Amino acid sequence: MAHMGATGKTGSKEPGLRYPANGKTIFHRPLNRSKTSELSQASFAYLFSEMVSYAQKRVTGIADLEKRLNLQGHPIGLKLLDLLLIREPLRSQSRPLNIIALLHFIKGNLWTHLFGRQADRLEKSSNPDTPDEYMIIDNEPLVNAYVSVPKEMSQLNCAAFVAGIVEGVCDGAAFPARVTAHTVGGKEEGEMWPGKTVFLVKFQPEVLEREALIGKS
Amino acid sequence: MSYYFAIIGTQDNPLFEYEFGTSKQGGDGQSRFSDQARHLNQFILHSSLDIVEEVQWTSNQLYLKAIDKFFNNYISCFITGGNVKLLLLHQPLNPGGAGGGTTRNSTSIGANPTSPQTEEAIKNFFTEVYENYVKAIMSPFHKANMEIKSPVFRARVAAAGRKYL
Repeated sequence: MAHMGATGKTGSKEPGLRYPANGKTIFHRPLNRSKTSELSQASFAYLFSEMVSYAQKRVTGIADLEKRLNLQGHPIGLKLLDLLLIREPLRSQSRPLNIIALLHFIKGNLWTHLFGRQADRLEKSSNPDTPDEYMIIDNEPLVNAYVSVPKEMSQLNCAAFVAGIVEGVCDGAAFPARVTAHTVGGKEEGEMWPGKTVFLVKFQPEVLEREALIGKS
Repeated sequence: MSYYFAIIGTQDNPLFEYEFGTSKQGGDGQSRFSDQARHLNQFILHSSLDIVEEVQWTSNQLYLKAIDKFFNNYISCFITGGNVKLLLLHQPLNPGGAGGGTTRNSTSIGANPTSPQTEEAIKNFFTEVYENYVKAIMSPFHKANMEIKSPVFRARVAAAGRKYL
C-alpha cells in the first residue's frame, strides 16, 4: 500500500492501472504468429492432466465432469473464432453464414490451429428424426494421447474439453449448439483407431429454421 | 463532420463508446454534436441494430457499409466473427450538401457519406479498431460481452479516427 502512495505522487494518469515494466501491453503485441511456432506436447499433456483433475474435484458423476471440461473449453472457442478470422488474408475474411461453412471452418481452420492437421471426417446424421445433428470425427484426438480412462469410468471422454471449444465457436458465430464427445473406437484386437472420437454437434431448432429461410431467398 | 462510434455486444449491450470529429481538411478532431443530438445518437445507433440483424445474413463480409440513415445521420456497420457489432454514426456538416456541394467537397470524406472514398476510409478505420478489439478479447481476464475499459484501447481508437476520418 505504501508503494501505491509513492507512485500516486509522481502523477500517474490512471489510478490503479499498472503497466508492465517494459511498458508493453497486450495491444503492443502482434496478432499474427509465425506458422511454425508450436508448443511442446509434453507440457500441454501436463497442463491438461491438471485441468482434468481440477475438474474432477467435487463432481457427482461423469456427465458432471464432462460438463466442467466443456465449460473450460467454451471461452477458448469464443475467442479463437475472432482470432482465426483476423489471421485469414484480408480478401478471404468471411463470416460463416450456414452450417456447412461453419463446420468446414471448424474442421479446417480450427483443427489446423489447435492440432496441426484437419479433422478426419465430417458427417451429417443419416437418421431422419435428427436432421439437426452433425458429426466431426477425429481418429486420434491429441488431448487423449496420454489419458488412460479407468474401467469404471469407461463412459468418460476427456475430449469433452475440445467439444467445449467447438461449442464456443458455434455459439460465437450465432449457431447455438450443444457439442458432446463420444468414444466410438472398438475395443477388440486389430481395431485401427481405438481412440476414435465423434464430436456430436446438435444445433438448436432456431438455427435450422434460419437455415431454411436463408436457403429459400 | 462529427462521428459517434460504439461497440455493441451480442446481448445488444454497449461495450465501448467514443465520440470524435474529423481531422481531415483542417478539422480539430472535436465532435460538433449539439447537446440534444448527443443523447439522440445512442438511440439512433441502437435502433439500427434491427437492420444489422437482417443484413448480416445476406452478406458474408465483415464490413456491411452504410446500412441505415436517420435524417442526416448515417450508420455504418462492421460485424465481427463473434457477432459483436462495431457501429459508426457519421453526420455530414451541411445537410443535403452532398448534391449541391462543389466538386472539391464531394470527393472529400464526409461530404458524401455514400461515396466509395468514404466507404473505404470507414472500412480502414473499422479494420484497425477490429484488430485492437481482438487484442482486447485475447486477454485471459476478458469474458464475453465485457465492457472494454482499457485506456490503451481508447487511445488506439482515437488514433485510428485521426488517421482515417
